[in-house]
Amino acid sequence: MSLSATKFVHPITTPPTSRSSDKPLFSTFFGSNHTKLRFNKPIVAAQRRSSSAASTSFSPVVAVSSDVVKEKKLKSASNLLITKEEGLVLYEDMILGRFFEDMCAQMYYRGKMFGFVHLYNGQEAVSTGFIKLLKKEDYVVSTYRDHVHALSKGVPAREVMSELFGKATGCCRGQGGSMHMFSKEYNLLGGFAFIGEGIPVATGAAFSSKYRREVLKEPGADEVTLAFFGDGTCNNGQFYECLNMAALWKLPIVFVVENNLWAIGMSHLRATSDPQIWKKGPAFGMPGVHVDGMDVLKVREVAKEAIERARRGEGPTLVECETYRFRGHSLADPDELRDPAEKAHYAGRDPITAFKKYLFDNKLASEQELKAIDKKIDELLDDAVEFADESPLPPRSQLLENVFADPKGFGIGADGKYRCEDPKFTQGTAHV
Amino acid sequence: MATLFQGVGAVTPFSASTSLHSNKLHLPPRKSLSLSESRGAIFVHRSDARLNLKPATPKQDLLIPNAIATKGDTSTPTKSGHELLLFEALREGLEEEMERDPRVCVMGEDVGHYGGSYKVTKGLAEKYGDLRVLDTPIAENSFTGMGIGAAMTGLRPIVEGMNMGFLLLAFNQISNNCGMLHYTSGGQFTIPIVIRGPGGVGRQLGAEHSQRLESYFQSIPGIQMVACSTPYNAKGLMKAAIRSENPVILFEHVLLYNLKERIPDEEYVLSLEEAEMVRPGEHVTILTYSRMRYHVMQAAKTLVNKGYDPEVIDIRSLKPFDLYTIGRSVKKTHRVLIVEECMRTGGIGASLTAAITENFHDYLDAPIVCLSSQDVPTPYAGTLEEWTVVQPAQIVTAVEQLCQ
Repeated sequence: MSLSATKFVHPITTPPTSRSSDKPLFSTFFGSNHTKLRFNKPIVAAQRRSSSAASTSFSPVVAVSSDVVKEKKLKSASNLLITKEEGLVLYEDMILGRFFEDMCAQMYYRGKMFGFVHLYNGQEAVSTGFIKLLKKEDYVVSTYRDHVHALSKGVPAREVMSELFGKATGCCRGQGGSMHMFSKEYNLLGGFAFIGEGIPVATGAAFSSKYRREVLKEPGADEVTLAFFGDGTCNNGQFYECLNMAALWKLPIVFVVENNLWAIGMSHLRATSDPQIWKKGPAFGMPGVHVDGMDVLKVREVAKEAIERARRGEGPTLVECETYRFRGHSLADPDELRDPAEKAHYAGRDPITAFKKYLFDNKLASEQELKAIDKKIDELLDDAVEFADESPLPPRSQLLENVFADPKGFGIGADGKYRCEDPKFTQGTAHV
Repeated sequence: MATLFQGVGAVTPFSASTSLHSNKLHLPPRKSLSLSESRGAIFVHRSDARLNLKPATPKQDLLIPNAIATKGDTSTPTKSGHELLLFEALREGLEEEMERDPRVCVMGEDVGHYGGSYKVTKGLAEKYGDLRVLDTPIAENSFTGMGIGAAMTGLRPIVEGMNMGFLLLAFNQISNNCGMLHYTSGGQFTIPIVIRGPGGVGRQLGAEHSQRLESYFQSIPGIQMVACSTPYNAKGLMKAAIRSENPVILFEHVLLYNLKERIPDEEYVLSLEEAEMVRPGEHVTILTYSRMRYHVMQAAKTLVNKGYDPEVIDIRSLKPFDLYTIGRSVKKTHRVLIVEECMRTGGIGASLTAAITENFHDYLDAPIVCLSSQDVPTPYAGTLEEWTVVQPAQIVTAVEQLCQ
C-alpha cells in the first residue's frame, strides 16, 4: 500500500499520496489543505455482486458530491427530495440537537453537570438523516456521544437534560448520565462508554428482530436496528466480529460510521491502515457506502435505502458518513490539536446552514417559519433546563434499586430472610 | 467417573438429593411467568420445608418466599425418577425451558450441529432449528454482547462458553453490559441472560483450559453466579437461571459431566440463592462447591472413620452467598473449613472467609481455614496438576488440625 511508504506525520501538513482509483476521494476527504476542497466525481457504493470493491458498478445507492447547492440545481422543482413538512421536521430536529448541545456546554460550565460530556455539534445531519426515518419500534444504539441520538429518537429534552443533571426524573433516573442514555419507550438501547461495546448489543437487537420474525412467527416483526459509532471504533475487534455475524445471518441492521476524522486526538489516518471505512463492508459481504455526512438530505437518501434493505430482510449495510465535530471530543478536551483550517472548512459546511439554504432556495420554508422553529426550540430547552433544575436529586433509597431486576439476587442474609426484604434496602443504607 | 463418586461413603450426592425431594412445595406461579400458568404448578425445591410463603403481590411482581431452612427428611427415598448423567440433566433442563418458553434460545460455538462440545445441547438444533440453537463464529465478546442485546429486546438467551476460560474474551460485555446495564438504564432494560460453560481443572488440559473464572467475575455488580455439582442441582439451577430475570453465570465443571444420578420425573426448579446441605454434622463446617464437593465427601468418609462428624455444605450460590445456611452451620459447629478449586488470591474462598468473619466472628472457636488451589497456572504434567488442586488428604489433615 502506497500510504505506508510515505512519512505520514499529520494529515493536514503532508499532502497524501493516493491510490489511483481513489484519488479525488482521498485528497479531499481527510481535511487536507489542498486548495481544491471539493469532490470532483461521485463516489459510488460497492455492490455485493461486483468483484472489485471500487467504483466499477453503479447502484441505486449513490453518495454524491458535497455541494448541496450544485445538487439542487440538477433537479427540477417537482423532483425535490423532501416535502415541506418533512423539511420542517428535519430542520427542527437538527436545531433541537444543536441548541441542546450548546445548552449542555453552558450548563456544564455553570456546574450543573459533571464528568465526561461529549457534544454532537456539527454531526446533526447524521442523526437527523437516519433516525427521522425510523419507526418508534426500531432500535437505535449509540455511543457516549448520544444526546442527539436520544433526542432524534424521541426522548423528551426534559428527560435528557434531567439525566445530565443527575436528577431522579432523568430518563435513566440519574443513574446513567451523559454516556448512558437509555429509553425503553423509544427503543434507545444506549449510551455506551467504551467504544465498540454497543455494536454487539445492536447486533443482538437485530437478531431479536429476525428471531421474532422467523422463530416466533410474529407478523410485522421487521424492526431495524441502527448502530452509530465513530471512526476510532472501526479499528476495534467488536466492529469486525459484528460485521461478520450481521452479514452471515442477514440481520436487519445498519452500521452507521460517524467518521469525524478524530478519536480524541488521534487522527483517523494515523490509526488506520486503510482509512476508507466503507470499503470494509464488501469484505464481509455487505454493501459499503460513503456519504457526505454534513448534508442531511444525502444522508437521508442513503439511509432510506439502507433501512429499507434491512427491513426487507436483505441484510446489513455499512454506511460511512463523512462528518465533523465542531467542538472538542468532550467538554474537557481543549481541542488544540486539530488544524484551524480544517475546522474552518467544515464550519463552512455546517449542515444546518446548508439545509436552511436548501429550504429557502427551494421555497420550502420562509425565514419566519424557521425563526419560529428556532424560538420554539429555545423555549423547549429553557423549559427543559428549568424542569431539570427543579427536579429532585435521587434519594438515598434509590441506591440499591435496579442493581438486579429481581432483587433476590442480593441473596439470603444471616437472619434467613432475603436481603432485599431488609428495610435498610429500601432506604439504601444496607451494605451489599 | 460416575461410579467413583457414587461409591463415596455413606453420604453421597444421592442422599442429599433425596432429602430435598420429599419437601415439594406448591407455589403460586410468578406473575411474570404467564406461560407457566397454563402448564400447572412449578415445584420449587428448596432446602427448607416451611411453607411461610408470601404469594406474589402485584406490586412486587415477584415471589419472595421465607427463606428459613430446615433439615430435610433423609429417610424417604425417591420412588420413581430416571437416571441420567450430569450433561444430560443440563440438557433436560434446557430443553424443558425451551419447550416452555419460545423466547429461550441458545448461542455459542458448536452448540448447534455439533451438539455442544460437552453434548449439553445435543439434538436441540435438530429439534428447534438453527436460529434458536445458534452456532456462532468464534467471537466471544461479540456474541455475548449479541446475547445481551437480544435479552434487552425480549429474548432469553443462553450463551455457552465452550470453556469458561474463553469468556475472558467476553469480560467487557459481561462486566459492562451484562452486569451494569440494568442499573445504568435506570431499570428500563432487563438482561435475563444465562452465561454458562465448563471451567475448572480437568485432566491435564493445560493452563488456559483449566481456569476458574468465578473469582474474576465475582466483583461484577448486578450478576449472580451459581455452580452446579450434581445432576440434580444442575438441572434445577439451569432451569432457575433461565427463569431468572437477572443475568446468571452458571459454572459447570469439565470433570463432572459424566456423573450419574437418579433425578425426579416431575418438574422442579431450585433456588439460585440457596446453599445445599450435603451432609449434616456437628464438629466442623466444610464449605465447598463444584468438583471439590467430591474431594470433600471422599475426605469425609475418612474423617467419619476417624471419629469426626463434619457438616458439608455445597454453597452452590457463589454470588451472593447464602449467609443463612452458612451461618446456621457456623453457629452449630464453630469451626469452618473452606475447600475450593479457585486460586488462593482473591478467590471465592477469600470472599467467603471475609463474609463469615464479618457476620459470624463471635461464633468461631478457631480461625477459618481456607484450602484453595495454588496461585499457579495449572501445569500440564499430571503430578504437578494434582498438587495444585486440593486433595482429600489435605482436607482430612486440615479438619484434624482445626478440631484439636
